[in-house]
Amino acid sequence: MTAKSATRASTIQTDAVCRHYHMGDAVIRAVDGISLEVGAGKFVALLGSSGSGKSSLLNLLAGLDRPTSGAVVVDGRNLAEISSEELSRYRRHSVGMVFQAFNLISTMTVIENVELPMRFAETERGRRLAQAREALQCVGLGARLSHRPSQLSGGEQQRVALARALANGPSLLLADEPTGNLDSRTGSEIMELIHQSNEQFGMTVVLVTHERALAERYAERLIFLADGQVVGDEANTPTFRGAAPTGGGGQR
Amino acid sequence: MKANDLIELAGRNLRESVLRNSLTTLGIGVGVASLVAMLSLGIGLQQLANRRLERSGLFDTIVVTSRRNFRGFEREQNREGPPPAESRVLDEEARLEMVHLPGVQEATPDIRFISEFRYQDKPHLTMVAGLPPSAKDKDAFDNMQGAFFSGGAAAEAILQIQFADELLGIHQRVGEASSKVNAQTQSLIGKELTLKYAEQVPSPVASEAKPEPVQSRSGSNGHKETSTDTSAPTAMASFSVVPRERKLRIVGITDQEPDGLRGASGARVFVPLQFLQDLHVMAPAGMRDSESSFSNQPTYQSVSVRVKNPDKVEEVQEAVKKMGFNTFSVLDATRSLRRFFAVLDLFLGIFGSLALAVAALGIVNTLVMAILERRREIGIMKAIGASDGDVKKLFFAEAGVMGLFGGMLGVALGWSIGRLINLGTNVYLRRQNLPPEDIWLVPWWLVGGAIAFAIVISMVSGLYPAARAARLDPVQALRYE
Repeated sequence: MTAKSATRASTIQTDAVCRHYHMGDAVIRAVDGISLEVGAGKFVALLGSSGSGKSSLLNLLAGLDRPTSGAVVVDGRNLAEISSEELSRYRRHSVGMVFQAFNLISTMTVIENVELPMRFAETERGRRLAQAREALQCVGLGARLSHRPSQLSGGEQQRVALARALANGPSLLLADEPTGNLDSRTGSEIMELIHQSNEQFGMTVVLVTHERALAERYAERLIFLADGQVVGDEANTPTFRGAAPTGGGGQR
Repeated sequence: MKANDLIELAGRNLRESVLRNSLTTLGIGVGVASLVAMLSLGIGLQQLANRRLERSGLFDTIVVTSRRNFRGFEREQNREGPPPAESRVLDEEARLEMVHLPGVQEATPDIRFISEFRYQDKPHLTMVAGLPPSAKDKDAFDNMQGAFFSGGAAAEAILQIQFADELLGIHQRVGEASSKVNAQTQSLIGKELTLKYAEQVPSPVASEAKPEPVQSRSGSNGHKETSTDTSAPTAMASFSVVPRERKLRIVGITDQEPDGLRGASGARVFVPLQFLQDLHVMAPAGMRDSESSFSNQPTYQSVSVRVKNPDKVEEVQEAVKKMGFNTFSVLDATRSLRRFFAVLDLFLGIFGSLALAVAALGIVNTLVMAILERRREIGIMKAIGASDGDVKKLFFAEAGVMGLFGGMLGVALGWSIGRLINLGTNVYLRRQNLPPEDIWLVPWWLVGGAIAFAIVISMVSGLYPAARAARLDPVQALRYE
């Protein structure tokens, strides 16, 4: 990951996208007809209480899940219609994900975790190591390459996860409650790193959170979800001090 | 994902739950070991049998007779080509032609005749036969008393034990049909035995004389003159028969019949073939064929053709038949023997494979457990870009690596078990005063084959777990705590 390597940014468009689950006889409408557009390079926050469908929507954007109906179009490609092989290629090359639970592989060292997506991308070994090292340096963990995740603090683990998300130079960064398991100070550090990446590499960022304050601090647009539907969508001027003026909020 | 990454990750995953995976691998090892032990036993026994049969000279020998000879072995077979009376003579020229056939090791004339021997001035009448130097390797000389001939034309003799008994005046011991070489016969070694025979000497006029059929049976055994070097020719049209005698030194005594095809010969005194040929003995065959062989070219009653490899018997037999001779071999017996061993190997293989089948279930179990355990990990891998195929291949590779190690372990284990069985058998054989034998053999193809088989079995076992892991829904897997 270098400043030059990732200057791509994804545009997202969803069209009446639904994701329904069956639980016994009941149908759970996790995502229920959401239509959105997110411009390239934007920093967007999805807000809502738990069960509002924000994580389900994120999974649809990530290509981890397929919609029950409707379309999810990223960079002109409808994720609902492409093969699972293409979908995994999309996840590999276009998407970086950060989770609340960090989701590092505990049996691998820090650098191996960061290398893993590049293994799937079949990046040549030498380049892979160099990029992983660089990404870890960016998140301030250049000295802890051979530690296991369990030897790191929560904040450090999340930084490793961020480095892993950025490893393949994604055009879309998806963060699902990235600060949910962290105290506010380390949470802020992570958010600043995410913000920085958005600034530096220009990729589109979608942040899922239930903390309005956090969203207001970093996001240019706030989208409110409840019961699988969009209940509010407003532009926001990030209050984060390092934030550069980006000229406008959401598009709607 | 690249193959080396795949194997690296698989190895890492296997190391993570080292006890469980080691036990599974051990299971495969035991399965492969039983397979290797069983098959190596089968192969070893087959090799042992082949070795024995090859050394017996039964399976690599073709006996060639002339079609003129009505006493040929092939009475029942159709005889294509010219009628017997006009077919080829089995002479030196024909023998040399056989030597040069592809796949032929040697072609030696079978020279045998009944003659009188004198030992301590007592006459004994018996069959004497010539042995080529190659006969030394035959199993008949395994337990021989004394030594084989010192040279190809040495004036030496090996006695068959019954004849040795006869010389010593020991009568056939009841209940000891094949009497063991013993101390009494040992005393014969180094003693002298006199062979009396009739030499066929071309008379000076022979070359000019028109060949006429000579059918004289006067001579060989009838005369008992003791002239050793004076030629007192018994007058004949083209050659003379001179009674002679030669002293032979007894060098060995064997308790088995060392001659080409057993049972057909019945010779009891063996002398070097070259020595016998040099005597120019007036033999019945020589008399019968004398009409066409007045030169120095001898004719033979039969010729033993030894092939380099028992597999070549059929080919060589055909070639010799084309030359216009009758042939006989015990080829069919080897065929059924081979079939027997194929069936034996199959059964041993099936029994050996049973343990491997159980081990395969162990692999399925281990990998299914691993999926449950690594559910989240699989979800993570998918989230960061692993395709279904990558996940499937990873589980496959893990199964394959377990198979590889299990296979290697199994070969080592099977080899040791075989060694042990062999050792035990040899201890038993030694107690029974029998020579040690290798009843067990692990050829390289079995080593490679067993490891490859273990890998294949493991990967087949990995099919279901791998497919299941690949199908895992990443959203579900990541939600799973």
